[in-house]
Amino acid sequence: MPKTRSLTIRDREVRVLEDGISDVPVVFLAGIGGVPAWTPFLEALATNRRVIVPSLPGFPGATEFRHLDSLYDWVVHTLETLELLGEPTFDLIGSSVGGALASEIASLVETQVRRLVLIAPFGVFLEDDPAADIWAQIPGPKSIPNLVCSHPERWDALWEMPADGDEIEWSILQTRSMEAAARFLFPFGKTGVTSRLHRIGNATLLIRGAEDRVLPAASNAVFADGIKGSVRTIEIEDAGHLPEIDNPEALVREINAFLLDQEN
Amino acid sequence: MKNLWFHLMPYKDLPDDFRDTHPSVWVDINSKLLDAERVHQHYNEYLDELEYAGQLGFDGICCNEHHQNGYGLMPSPNLIASTLTRRTTEPAICVMGNSLALYNPPTRVAEEFAMLDCMSGGRLIAGFPVGTPMDTIFAYAQNPSKLRERYYEAHDIVMRAWQEEETFSFDGRFNQLRYVNVWPRPVQKPHPPVWIPGGGSVETWRWCAEMDYVYCYLSYFGYKAGEATMKGFWDEMDKLGKDRNPYRAGFLQFVAVGETEKEALELYKESAEYFYGRCLHVNPKWASPAGYQSEATIRAKVQSQVALAAQKSAGPAGAAREWKDILDLGYVIAGDPDQVAERIREVCTNLNVGHLMLLCQFGNMSTDLAKYNTKLYAERVMPQISDLFDDQWNDAWWPQPLSERSLPAEVA
Repeated sequence: MPKTRSLTIRDREVRVLEDGISDVPVVFLAGIGGVPAWTPFLEALATNRRVIVPSLPGFPGATEFRHLDSLYDWVVHTLETLELLGEPTFDLIGSSVGGALASEIASLVETQVRRLVLIAPFGVFLEDDPAADIWAQIPGPKSIPNLVCSHPERWDALWEMPADGDEIEWSILQTRSMEAAARFLFPFGKTGVTSRLHRIGNATLLIRGAEDRVLPAASNAVFADGIKGSVRTIEIEDAGHLPEIDNPEALVREINAFLLDQEN
Repeated sequence: MKNLWFHLMPYKDLPDDFRDTHPSVWVDINSKLLDAERVHQHYNEYLDELEYAGQLGFDGICCNEHHQNGYGLMPSPNLIASTLTRRTTEPAICVMGNSLALYNPPTRVAEEFAMLDCMSGGRLIAGFPVGTPMDTIFAYAQNPSKLRERYYEAHDIVMRAWQEEETFSFDGRFNQLRYVNVWPRPVQKPHPPVWIPGGGSVETWRWCAEMDYVYCYLSYFGYKAGEATMKGFWDEMDKLGKDRNPYRAGFLQFVAVGETEKEALELYKESAEYFYGRCLHVNPKWASPAGYQSEATIRAKVQSQVALAAQKSAGPAGAAREWKDILDLGYVIAGDPDQVAERIREVCTNLNVGHLMLLCQFGNMSTDLAKYNTKLYAERVMPQISDLFDDQWNDAWWPQPLSERSLPAEVA
């Protein structure tokens, strides 16, 4: 079981989960929905690495986000979160929404981030090959899992309400994370990162689920073309937009292989 | 009580199989369905109908704002209202209203509403809706997480722009305006009455009470469905220590009046089924983007009007689309003049609503029938109900026009 602690950033609480052992940790910034509970992906990753998971604002573990207006606010908040972790260097994994922030951080602070893993990061919009509109979904509990996962039942398992949970509060937790993502990504998921990718000098693993229905493959291609550091691109089979939920075993294998390669 | 005549301005030629062959009447409605020559005819007939209602003595005539919408051909209600200032002389002109967060800078609303108030000689009612998700989030790409914050800030700008005598700077979260000094200013002082159309948002109720504005529940589903919302509103007013002055509230109701009940049931069936079957065919994916509805409202378990409409549109049971069900559920009040008057009196008393907005034209109703409905209501229903509330309550939210107003000169 991970340890839970709390950071205070500008008077607001941010939950941090941590598990595993290694000198240099891996920091994970989550995608759509966030981390309502310690997941099989994090469990597997933590078997041979120290994994640190700070909550993104508005995602499970950090209620407040409406004080952050611009992308700049969100990036500074993320930077402050990473600074408060007290780790001189770390490997950074960002998925989906978290991927947008991870790529921004890597473009700013190359020295603190060692290796970068981006899983279907938001940030780019292509008129000819557009991303899905994640905010225009039929209301109800099935829409988002069906869109972001090829195995929505795994999302459902992750989002199973605790026995002592309140149904409305539990549903608000999910809605709030979608709103938080909208705060800096609406309407296109575009951040303008394209003009900053040349500043990312890190060795980067760029991943997408082969069945991603949210972002097109061309979106990752823009990242691959723009990042200055060495880039390895892979697809995870049997996975949608969130491979960490759909196929954690394959994802962890790829991440571990990449990190080991870079160490050798 | 006050009777206001409300127009949605629907497009009348949506095909019979619209529900089955098109995903939505709103946002991404197929532009091939639209014939601009037909819209030319629509606008002229619809303006005639509004002007006719004014001539027949309705207290107010209302227009509203929708975008990319097959049942609402008024992306700019201010254009409609401006023509009404010239072709009517007596009724209040109720713009219901301008979705404040959509105007950049929001002083545009202060300017245009001030123009309308000056042109009409102080007959303007200034409506400030947040706007539906279809209009604001999807057609106009406003951020759902910032829409309400922008709305409240825009409201503050407009109200200050109308009232502050000196040029001022506005340094807001979303708007930075170095020199605010709108010309003209409204005729009505300190400002035109402000009415807030809303769904069932608790914050909106509280805000209306705090600001002393009229809250209007613009439901398409009639008085039976509106009861819970209006009860919620009045319960909240009680909690806040506000009086139960019915003029704090407005309510929208479809009516269908005939010489006899039988005639009414025959005459209005087609247009009602057109409206509920085709005009309310909204793709539910537009109805409820995360952030549009506040967490407080979700907690209060009050569903927004649009979400309700969309849900009814999509759900297996769905909203009623057959005339009998439309009548049974109270979406439309139909009957002879006495029956309608009795029901309206009952509805306004039960819901405690002093400003009743009436849809006498709906769906693909012909202009002749719309005028017939309007005339019967004005001449045979209104006299039976207009006295309601006036012996007990004062309408402090009604326009105060100039006593002597200029009139358009005859065109040579």
